[in-house]
Amino acid sequence: MVLLIQYTLIFAAVLTLVALGGCFSEHSGVINLGLEGVMVMGALGGALTLKYMNGSPAPVIVIAVLLVSAVCGLVYTVLLGTACINLKADQTLVGTALNILATALASIIARAVNSTENADNVSTIIKYNAGRKAFILRFGHFEFNWCMLVAVIALVIAYVVLYRTKFGVHLRACGENPQAADSVGINVFRNRWAGVLISGILGGIGGIVYIMAGVSEWKFETGVAGFGFLALAVMIFGAWKPVNIGLAALLFGFFRALSNVYSGFDWMASLHIPGTVYNMLPYVISLLVLAFTSKNSAAPKAEGIPYDKGRR
Amino acid sequence: MKENKSMLKNEGFQSVFAALVCIVAGLLIGYIVLAIINPAEATEAMLDIIRNFANYPRASAKMKYLGNTLVKVAPLLMCALSVNFCYKTGLFNIGAAGQYVVGAAASLYGALAWHMPWYVCILMAMAAGMIWGSLVGLLKAYGNVNEVISGIMLNWIALYLTNMLLGTVSEAATPYTTQIKSVNTDALIPDLGMRSLFINRYVTLAIPFSVIIAIAVWVVLTKTKFGYELCATGFNKNAAKYSGMNEKRNVIMSLMIGGALAAVGASFLYLSGYEQWQTTQSAVPAMGFNGIAATFLGGLNPIGTIFASYFIQHITSGGAYLDTNIYPSQIADLITAIIIYLCGFVLFFKHLMNTKRASKGGKN
Repeated sequence: MVLLIQYTLIFAAVLTLVALGGCFSEHSGVINLGLEGVMVMGALGGALTLKYMNGSPAPVIVIAVLLVSAVCGLVYTVLLGTACINLKADQTLVGTALNILATALASIIARAVNSTENADNVSTIIKYNAGRKAFILRFGHFEFNWCMLVAVIALVIAYVVLYRTKFGVHLRACGENPQAADSVGINVFRNRWAGVLISGILGGIGGIVYIMAGVSEWKFETGVAGFGFLALAVMIFGAWKPVNIGLAALLFGFFRALSNVYSGFDWMASLHIPGTVYNMLPYVISLLVLAFTSKNSAAPKAEGIPYDKGRR
Repeated sequence: MKENKSMLKNEGFQSVFAALVCIVAGLLIGYIVLAIINPAEATEAMLDIIRNFANYPRASAKMKYLGNTLVKVAPLLMCALSVNFCYKTGLFNIGAAGQYVVGAAASLYGALAWHMPWYVCILMAMAAGMIWGSLVGLLKAYGNVNEVISGIMLNWIALYLTNMLLGTVSEAATPYTTQIKSVNTDALIPDLGMRSLFINRYVTLAIPFSVIIAIAVWVVLTKTKFGYELCATGFNKNAAKYSGMNEKRNVIMSLMIGGALAAVGASFLYLSGYEQWQTTQSAVPAMGFNGIAATFLGGLNPIGTIFASYFIQHITSGGAYLDTNIYPSQIADLITAIIIYLCGFVLFFKHLMNTKRASKGGKN
């Protein structure tokens, strides 16, 4: 039971972080379908930091890992911003390209790192067992991960920034009606860049938290198994509002956690449901939830449409 | 000068030119990455990728490995057509990957469990793909669900279901499905002598079929009322509705056909016996995603997509000739991904060419 709560919280933390990233980007008017790829790059940066900083004091490791992941995510979203904001490319296509590119690039980098250490090691697996411990505080059987706190802080900050600051109002104006925003002197391009870059920071941190959640090594060929898209489903279910996103993340996190721990519950194991069914569960649930909640969509009105000054 | 202008104005020329720019840039970036990893071998490695089957000195070996590439071009082309068809209706069918997976499941299950002949297996794949595609369509038309997100969810669901279903027809000792030739040779697609031409028993009628289907898709999209309605729906949903078209039906139909195309593509590969399905695989096959690359590289034109599919598969197969002690095999994926990314700029390229022309005209 403790294990179920622990996994629910950590997966909810990942979903919250990444969904908030999507939220910032979409409120500014850019659909970031490349969040999956951003997560992979953040995860790679974080995993390498964990690997090389092994032995440093725990707080230093935590801060360095989060910083490096955030920077990796941020740098990677520059590709999205350039294409979608400045060059007005198709946002869906560019997002998809970034997802495929991230997996390929991360595999290549992971393998290059491995084979410089040992010429025979041609795998894409990065191990970070020792470094991962820096993130964890034990309370009896419960493993508290600092990232859970980071997610809560991100949630509060996101709420304040989006709804209580001038920047948040400007950002949302660019996603709702960029022409009107422009007419009162708000720089649409700059605000969209801000939204996209913030999504990179949050997505990057989400990536490292995801791969640290249950395991102590990661095979980068596999990417992050659609988790970036689950986060987007959380964002839609949460109606693009931070608090609702947090609650939606808890629900989805619970179903994701089930697949990790179901065999530990006697009554669940006795049902003899194959593990694949539990693996499938988060995707099925999100599909059902989307089917019932997308109808009256609260999506920003101008999302997905490149801003063109000449268009009214 | 005037002829030059009209050539630049030509849509087809612009598409081909944009595609070539994307290819050259993609290969160049791939080359740079190779050079960063190991500069001494980079040029030779790049040539290995580009040569693909021509790496073999003997003509017969060249034919055989050209055959291997073609065997995989057929399913890739079908996935690309699926993406292409849906994109014309304004839908981004990233679910092609999942439709491909259910196609593999249905065709292999028909062949191995029910011992059906090949044409029935293809029809089964088609039916499965239509159902899987129409799920996305129904969610989009009646639930307003973003087709990319529902498509991704269905991709993973398809993968897990397929692994479960095909687990019942796998070999006892391995996670792979039983070889079709050992159980039911009727399920292998016939080859009409192409096998001996290529000295490759996997080369079947699937390859010419896929090209014929590409031409058929082109005809449907450009020469029929149905295709016109689909394109009109994609261009402006509300205008299409206003002029009496049933836009919900068009969305569902488009994804249903898209699903069928991708699923039949899978049956083209698995019913040639070239590959067995691995029932423990934990990632959705890349075929559907490469289809996205092929269709955008082909300028969203089914005929162009034939050539683009060949090119994408050519470098993907060529990636296998890299010395894996020096270079990771993912270089080919990297090049493909960069090409997709650059295809996002195609509109920008076209815009640039058109405005350049306009400003020149102004000066004269």
